[in-house]
Amino acid sequence: MSTTSLPNSPFAALNRGPLAYVALTAYILVTSALMLMNTRTSLGTDVLFILFLLSFLLLYRAKVSNSYKLALGAIMLIGVVPYFGTMNAYYIELAIQAGIFVALAIGLNVVVGFAGLLDLGYVAFFAVGAYLWGIFSTDQIGQISPGASPVASQLFYLFMALGLFVGAFFGVLLGLPVLRLRGDYLAIVTLGLGEVIRVLAVNLDRPINITNGSQGIKSIARPPLPDFLRALFPGLNDPQLYQLFIYALALLVVGLTVLTVFRLKHSRIGRAWEAIREDETAAIAMGVPLVRMKLMAFAVGASFAGVMGVLFAAKQQFINPPTFDLIRSIGILAMVILGGMGSIPGVILGGVLVTLLDLQILPRIATELSALKRQGIVIPDWFDPAQYQRALFGLLLIIMMIFRPEGILPDQRRHEEAHATEDQEALAEVETGEATPA
Amino acid sequence: MALLEAQNVTKSFGGLTAVNSVSLTVERGSIVSVIGPNGAGKTTFFNVLTGIYKPDHGSVIFDGASIAGQRPDQITRQGIARTFQNIRLFNNMTAIENVLVGMHARLSAKMWQIIFQSPSVRAEEPRARARARELLKFVGLEGRYDELAKNLPYGDQRRLEIARALATEPKLILLDEPTAGMNPQETLEATRLIQRLRDELGLTVILIEHDMRVVMTISERISVLDYGEKIAEGKPEEIRANARVVEAYLGRGAAAGH
Repeated sequence: MSTTSLPNSPFAALNRGPLAYVALTAYILVTSALMLMNTRTSLGTDVLFILFLLSFLLLYRAKVSNSYKLALGAIMLIGVVPYFGTMNAYYIELAIQAGIFVALAIGLNVVVGFAGLLDLGYVAFFAVGAYLWGIFSTDQIGQISPGASPVASQLFYLFMALGLFVGAFFGVLLGLPVLRLRGDYLAIVTLGLGEVIRVLAVNLDRPINITNGSQGIKSIARPPLPDFLRALFPGLNDPQLYQLFIYALALLVVGLTVLTVFRLKHSRIGRAWEAIREDETAAIAMGVPLVRMKLMAFAVGASFAGVMGVLFAAKQQFINPPTFDLIRSIGILAMVILGGMGSIPGVILGGVLVTLLDLQILPRIATELSALKRQGIVIPDWFDPAQYQRALFGLLLIIMMIFRPEGILPDQRRHEEAHATEDQEALAEVETGEATPA
Repeated sequence: MALLEAQNVTKSFGGLTAVNSVSLTVERGSIVSVIGPNGAGKTTFFNVLTGIYKPDHGSVIFDGASIAGQRPDQITRQGIARTFQNIRLFNNMTAIENVLVGMHARLSAKMWQIIFQSPSVRAEEPRARARARELLKFVGLEGRYDELAKNLPYGDQRRLEIARALATEPKLILLDEPTAGMNPQETLEATRLIQRLRDELGLTVILIEHDMRVVMTISERISVLDYGEKIAEGKPEEIRANARVVEAYLGRGAAAGH
């Protein structure tokens, strides 16, 4: 509701017209400048970082020309964020993590948001991509086929492309057995299949050591740092450059993912997915081949996870099965739902928000509370703030689902869907209200 | 040769035979009605023709080819479109998007072409939208293109369902109770629309209908189902005078008293 009431608020003038350009630019300049002047990791910097990220939201909502939005957005993503990152590695790491999870959320959104197929095992495809690079770029490949040596790290880009196809292949493979299922049944079976992949990762160290079991794979190769980066930024050391490089790769993948999904959504295929979500029987009666379209949704969603898995393995240089557990799948699903199922901007926001909550906001709250506790502010002894982080996250989810079930930036249609039932309830109340006096 | 020839179609669910050896021949360019009391098996028969159910026995020949046992989307591709008894629109999609979904099988954009926005896709999409608007105009929904299907008034939803069915480029259209729940004025308009489907678009129409005024005005032939069996077939005036039909509708006593 808040989105629709915006024009009536006192800030309406700031949201459109020439003033919008001034206000928006000023906000971005001020938050960027303040952030760049406070580079030490602290509560203040955390707040500034979040205020800075908010400018993306403002940018999205403000009524200014699209080219202006694009220009500002590009300056922030390609200029401000990496520049800030060179001064404080923690924040660029946050940005990279957010990028990885945004791409995953966008992929899952194709399956859940567009086609309406509830998938609780999505992280399996992420695992497949990660293990693909993990196995081929390390001595692990020698365990599988004795004598084979790791592939050259220059082949990383080829493996990112390969991750796309391997992800899609597994998407179809896991999609096949669940084609006839809907809703709850589908969710349970995908949950099971996701766990199967994780359990395979744990146990496929025998008879042939494919995954190295629960010990995981170490020393995963990273793509070589391009020389032009060194030449371009002579003042930076290699670890800094490396982070910028990974950040750029993640940004590129996210950008391509968004573009792909946006185009698919507004096409014959996207409409078919939506029709399936709305009414399968009607969709098939209108000539939409159900099986093909569902498998396509699984494949597209999984392919993004496959690519990101390859990048993730290279970034972490270490992967093990617990990274790909059910909680991770649920976390990605939470991003989709929190942001707004079916809505691309919403899912991007959801991905960033949940990542920040996980890695920055909640730990920050915990450390600040612990600091207060040490100073003798009344916090009971048994209350360990760090232990309650996840509870706070859960609480947030519950509150969101009660007050804004359609997500923060809903797909316009979902928005109306969620509130149409509200209207109906209101109507029902009016009717019963009229009936009671009689 | 007839456009549709269903021979001895039988469909049962457990012990209940919903459609029992029903045959129906529909000539090109005709309007044919299937009538019968509630539970007579009319909608089940439609569901067999459109592939939602596979028939237990019998054959269905459409436009010279057997379609019995094919999937609904394959049958739609070959030229049979339908509407539903309880409107089944894609509620949270706009009117024009509903129609565009109907065009799915007639559009050719492949995934890679869409991702790279090939010239063919960029040409196809606006053409499809223009065609969708034409169809919406044809059924009387001009200017309501971007309205969500669920926000349309009841009568308009029925029209939208017909527009969506037309988008599949059918030769034969099956209408399941197109005037159900309509007031006399809306019923009159719907009847005219059905006639235009045949007269202006050259379609063949089969309809299930309870409103006898509609049935008697526009059908060239009528088939009557009762308890899953075809009990009568003929021109409207023959059906009106058929004792078994009157009995099926009003009960034995009424028929005897007549």
